[in-house]
Amino acid sequence: MDALALEATSGKKTTNGAAAAAPAAPAPAQAPVKRKPAKKTKKAVVFFEVEILDAKTKDKLCFLDKVRTHFPSNLFVLSVSDPQWYPARQSIRLDPKGKSLKDEDVLQHLPVGTTATFYFRDLGAQISWVTVFLTEYTGPLVIYLMFYFRVPFIYAPKYDFTTSKHWVVHLACMCHSFHYVKRLLETLFVHRFSHGTMPNVALPPPYNCTYYWGFAAWMAYYINHPLYTPPIYGEQQIRLALIIFLFCQIGNFSIHVALRNLRPPGSKTRKIPYPTKNPFTWIFLLVSCPNYTYELGSWLGFTLMTQCLPVAFFTLVGFIQMTVWAKGKHRSYLKEFRDYPPLRSPILPFIL
Amino acid sequence: MSGAAPGTSKAAHSDVGPKKKKGPGALATAYLVIYNVVMTAGWLVIAVGLVRAYLARGSYHGLYYSIEKPLKFFQTGAILEILHCAVGIVPSSVVLTGFQVMSRVFLTWAVTHSVREVQSEDSVLLFVTAWTVTEIIRYSFYTFSLLNHLPYLIKWARYTFFIVLYPMGVTGELLTIYAALPYVQKTGLYSVTLPNKYNFSFDYYTFLILVMISYIPLFPQLYFHMIRQRKKVLGHIEDYSKVE
Repeated sequence: MDALALEATSGKKTTNGAAAAAPAAPAPAQAPVKRKPAKKTKKAVVFFEVEILDAKTKDKLCFLDKVRTHFPSNLFVLSVSDPQWYPARQSIRLDPKGKSLKDEDVLQHLPVGTTATFYFRDLGAQISWVTVFLTEYTGPLVIYLMFYFRVPFIYAPKYDFTTSKHWVVHLACMCHSFHYVKRLLETLFVHRFSHGTMPNVALPPPYNCTYYWGFAAWMAYYINHPLYTPPIYGEQQIRLALIIFLFCQIGNFSIHVALRNLRPPGSKTRKIPYPTKNPFTWIFLLVSCPNYTYELGSWLGFTLMTQCLPVAFFTLVGFIQMTVWAKGKHRSYLKEFRDYPPLRSPILPFIL
Repeated sequence: MSGAAPGTSKAAHSDVGPKKKKGPGALATAYLVIYNVVMTAGWLVIAVGLVRAYLARGSYHGLYYSIEKPLKFFQTGAILEILHCAVGIVPSSVVLTGFQVMSRVFLTWAVTHSVREVQSEDSVLLFVTAWTVTEIIRYSFYTFSLLNHLPYLIKWARYTFFIVLYPMGVTGELLTIYAALPYVQKTGLYSVTLPNKYNFSFDYYTFLILVMISYIPLFPQLYFHMIRQRKKVLGHIEDYSKVE
């Protein structure tokens, strides 16, 4: 069923009558339509009346009568003549200050009488997650390389465009670049996002980018510095670090693939992740968010490889942030699934 | 920075509009009253110390030395306020309070204490005076608020004196940091250079300059926040008197 586009004139006047079924760009319309099979009873069909008000001004934006009971509520996509009001930024909710209704919510199951009042709120400009991640990850990739190639104005002029004499520096550049290329490719081809867009577009991207780009520059400055000191334990240390790093990169990728396979294309279903045939996923037995565990491992490896304090700081800050995310995810797993495996910890087996 | 930002939300709650305080329990309130009384007393000691030293010496110079120890003690003690917010017995933001307190502690220890040569500067007296007056008013404000017996004079002072004290304190702080710069550069204080086995470097001199620059965006925000708070807290009192 197509998204039902309701003709809302410039948002201020009321419109009566049945909805015009012009399909709007169905951004939220990937929702599964909970169409119950038509009951062949002689009972009178119950219709709803729906009115949609502006959450702030309480102006009536539109009014519909004869809406069927099993009409998914979030397919009320207002089609306003101005294309800047695209569906992703529209929020329909039961209470002006409440949470948005989900795409899958069905009229019949909502706590409304036969006249349903919804409130419309503009969420503001939306930016897609893909765009955010691509920007966040391309920055570090490029910035690090600038330091690696010793672009002018970073180090003293006599070092411009020289290369480091330590082979670990070349190795570190390859690892760092590999890591971010992997992330970019995963963003494009592996990840399945439950929300197409990121809310509050004004706030996170500048901060996120500053974080990633800033730390990348800070780390790269020291690793590629002419006065860089290679690890104390030399080859042994670097070799061990590289093994840890690669192991965790493969692990992280395995988890991303496993999570992707949990979710059929175009859906937003959520299931408990379980270990698969891939040994790198067996960590699911002990951890809810092993992607973060492996990510931590990768950066620990990188810290060991470069023996660089700024890298250690970056690892620490990342670890704190990922722990917060992992705990949140773990909590929502526990809330959503009664039979969630009790042995699992959010990010570190048995510890955290 | 010499400011009175933390606790303003508390003030707005307890004195303006419906009382929706789900404040601290009885034990916490008792503790907080004691804490605020002690702090008020401490800063009064500093104030008295300054006045006595001035009268004894007959000049403004070098008064820092006469109150150095109580200043360090009571300003550092303010770190407890971060804990109060974290634990929840004070309804202020941990981040905001943390920032406020740590900036004071930074100036006390990392600048004034660490760079001996600036201790005789007049700019030190400028910010110490600003801090002293601000803190005496602020802590007595909290004490009376907790006891639900806030004299209007204290409230008025808390939301009015800052107009002069804030810029005064900021000026003193900036001038002090500026005075410290040449000594920091010369001695390489708190600085780490390459090469070293941790592949890390830190230039305290540059850091201090960045701190000074950060005042530019931060001070106006805090200052105008206080001005807005003033309108909110003191504003409606004038309306009442108009009604009569």
